Amino acid sequence: MENEFKIIDNYLMIRMPDEIDHHRSVYISKMADKYIVNEQVGNVVFDFEKTIFMDSSGIGIIVGRYKKISCFGGKVFAINVDKQIRRILLLSGLNDIVEIME
Amino acid sequence: MIEIVNVNNDTQIRNEMRMEFRAISENEAFARTAVAAFVTQLNPTLEEVSDIKTAVSEAVTNSIIHGYDGKNCEENRVWLKCFIKNDVLDVEIRDTGVGIEDIERAMQPLFTTKPELDRSGMGFAFMEAFMDDLEVISEPGQGTCVHMVKKLGVTSWILNED
Repeated sequence: MENEFKIIDNYLMIRMPDEIDHHRSVYISKMADKYIVNEQVGNVVFDFEKTIFMDSSGIGIIVGRYKKISCFGGKVFAINVDKQIRRILLLSGLNDIVEIME
Repeated sequence: MIEIVNVNNDTQIRNEMRMEFRAISENEAFARTAVAAFVTQLNPTLEEVSDIKTAVSEAVTNSIIHGYDGKNCEENRVWLKCFIKNDVLDVEIRDTGVGIEDIERAMQPLFTTKPELDRSGMGFAFMEAFMDDLEVISEPGQGTCVHMVKKLGVTSWILNED
């Protein structure tokens, strides 16, 4: 799972797993925070290319990371978002804090 | 323990499935996948399967991390019951955990008792949005029962929102 996290300039890229639930989310949040603190990255990019399932735990991951970086002016991005994940992001009102990139 | 009771009379398709599993996070994926596999007989659309999986995942996760406070004990169990009648799926997810003191408050979007665990407080809101009917029965100290209903073969309103 280590290589699911990559730093490019000031961005932490996270390749999200195929299924994002509470079981997986604990690890992702912990690892992301480690990178944010140790590498001092400003922005986080969530890549949903592989993701076929997500529940509200995914929302928790995004909101949690947003809280950590937004006070320093950081931004959260989502890429490779399919219809189902877009629905979940919109339903949670996350389109205000996450920039969904096409 | 999984038992499948199949009663098929001529006029209606009736089917029923019950499961009991340990309240550990590894079983969240198992529970939602089992329900998804069970509804295939109704020929659901991909969206419908996704909706059902998300709703089941939310309810089971709630039982595990809130009902049993994430404690992995032999006696902490989650019971799942599915019932199909015609094109309607009935799902019941039950635990014997701590229960909910104020159900109305718990169901409010963004309300969570565990913000430190990165919980978004969207669980019940998702169940409500992705299923047609949601009923929560709970008593402090007695556990919680979540009952959800979804009619298949109708396009959900949210699909037209884009």
